[in-house]
Amino acid sequence: MEITGLNPQNIKKISEIKHEEQWVLDFRLKSYELFKKLEMPTFGPKFDLDFNKVIYYKSQDKGINSNWEKIDNNIKCEFQSLGVIDSEKYMDGIGVQYESEVIYHNMIEELVEKKVIFTSIEMAMKQYPDLVKKYFSKIVSSADNKLAALNGAVFSGGSFIYIPPNTTLDRPLQSYFRINSRGMGQFERTLIIVDDNSHLHYVEGCTAPTYSDSSLHAAVVEIYVGKNSTCRYSTVQNWAPNVLNLVTKRAVVEENGVMEWIDGNIGSKATMKYPACILKGDNSSGTCITISVATHEQQQDSGARMIHIGKNTSSTIISKSIARLGGNATYRGKVDIKESAINSKAIVKCDSLILDKDSKSDAYPTNICRTSLSNLEHEATVSRISEDNLFYLMSRGISEEKATELIILGFIERFREELPMEYAVELNQLLKRMI
Amino acid sequence: MLNIKKLNVVVGDKKILNDFSLDINDGEIHAIMGPNGTGKSTLSKVILGNKNYEVVSGDIKFNKKSIIGLSTDEISRLGIFVSFQNPISIEGVQNSEFLKTAINSRRENAIGLFEFVKEIKEKAKELDFPEEMIHRAINVGASGGERKKNEVLQLELLEPSFIILDELDSGLDVDSLRKVCDGINKYLKDHPKTSVLIITHYPRILEYIKPQFVHMMVCGKIVKTGGYKLAFDIEKLGYSDASIISGEEVHE
Repeated sequence: MEITGLNPQNIKKISEIKHEEQWVLDFRLKSYELFKKLEMPTFGPKFDLDFNKVIYYKSQDKGINSNWEKIDNNIKCEFQSLGVIDSEKYMDGIGVQYESEVIYHNMIEELVEKKVIFTSIEMAMKQYPDLVKKYFSKIVSSADNKLAALNGAVFSGGSFIYIPPNTTLDRPLQSYFRINSRGMGQFERTLIIVDDNSHLHYVEGCTAPTYSDSSLHAAVVEIYVGKNSTCRYSTVQNWAPNVLNLVTKRAVVEENGVMEWIDGNIGSKATMKYPACILKGDNSSGTCITISVATHEQQQDSGARMIHIGKNTSSTIISKSIARLGGNATYRGKVDIKESAINSKAIVKCDSLILDKDSKSDAYPTNICRTSLSNLEHEATVSRISEDNLFYLMSRGISEEKATELIILGFIERFREELPMEYAVELNQLLKRMI
Repeated sequence: MLNIKKLNVVVGDKKILNDFSLDINDGEIHAIMGPNGTGKSTLSKVILGNKNYEVVSGDIKFNKKSIIGLSTDEISRLGIFVSFQNPISIEGVQNSEFLKTAINSRRENAIGLFEFVKEIKEKAKELDFPEEMIHRAINVGASGGERKKNEVLQLELLEPSFIILDELDSGLDVDSLRKVCDGINKYLKDHPKTSVLIITHYPRILEYIKPQFVHMMVCGKIVKTGGYKLAFDIEKLGYSDASIISGEEVHE
């Protein structure tokens, strides 16, 4: 079954299929009203989008898949397609020993033992309504922007994670432990709560090309980072060239909390994505390291937002954009150090690499510092692949193609080194195939 | 091994090499000396096929085959290696990744990780090249001496049959120069057919790596060729006077 077009009947239908409680349906309908009132963003890429032609729901053949046999196969195929398995051979099998089954079982045991909740948002709304209600749409409200409102009206899928106080997981939590079938995940809604004194590293998605039938991806990610807690959210997404990827990601960080976004954007027709940290608590900090690769008429409009409210807060934005073959990779970011955020500091560093004359890269930074007791630095570079660098690498026998690849991978080294090993390997393969 | 015949090279409308000829046989060590701006360093870039230089006429043959028009990487893989005067640094590209890629570019099967690590560690140790630099980006934050050692490390790993040492001693202190030259001499002993062309201002390096032939280059061509002793005449008399002293065999 498929639901196309946006109206209250369709929204009720989606809610019915999911057997939702009244409060969820009310939220959906309220979001729909906001959606109608709000305008599309006036900045960023321009594209045509008819909301009445979008498929908002597609029934699944199966429920949530917890059968490892299946998942294993999926991952294996994806890894195979990216050449990761070959690259393991290339690495002499050292380093990447992918003991998937073992990791999986250990992970599940660990989650149960530590009382971590890791499920779908729909499931969480049924099983833990009070917990969900306390945080849901409090960080990204449907009034925030038209696409967040759209997500509120039609959301389907997405993860819910709750890390209880004083809890640390031994390894990153990865989204493919909970794989959705194809057709889902266009309007996913993720809510992550890291309670006080806890730590989470969440890795979302896979770098395998995400083909989808629908051309619109409008997700919302809300993250709450409690006192003395840290959360790192890593994702590398590679969308099919027909997809509009318009995503709202935001975290609220309490006292002494740390939030890190590691965000890679490859593919898609147009992307608008600016992960945000609201540094509410004193001594809290936020980091966003982002790369975007725009190729063949793609428009990557990405960056980050850091809102400093608490005292002694700090933030770092590192943005790396690559534009090639007519692509447009733009940095758009905002740092706002409020009057209350005394003794704070923010660093913004955006670098772009433009590979040919048909491509472009712009930067639209908004940097506001409202107190003289705080400090904001902004640094930006635009470069091309230097002939001297190419000549040097080639003078050692490395082909021009391979040398270019080394330089591009070098350009985003700062991003790659933040990824878990197997993702870094995947990203390498992905970029190598693109070049 | 290397035969350069009546080579004329321009950059824009500026002539840099002027009917330049030079023959180097297997296992020979040659040195080219000359004042600043005489085209010495250009020569090494032209041999490597750098696209900024236009070869108007003449030929460069390596092992009897013309290499004019080949790409830089093809020329390198034939076995020609230039140790540059001022090795650049490249942000983000790890030395080990670079070296492995360079080694693999001339092998059918990729080098095993264990073999690679072992070899690179041994050679770095011999050269006193800090091991942690292997895992850093190419020459980023490296001193002049470390950069030169990195060049020689690459040389030893890539095993060329023809080596150009462009101002090897610049940036090196006496101890480092000795270390680096010991490394090269050992390499030449193990590879007796390898030929060397040393490009230098000063004869100091020639005391460590002793050439059989010394050429004096002025205004894009060799004006005088002699034995080892010529280098010290040049040092004593300067380039203008050395070109008129008699008793030396004049090139062509």
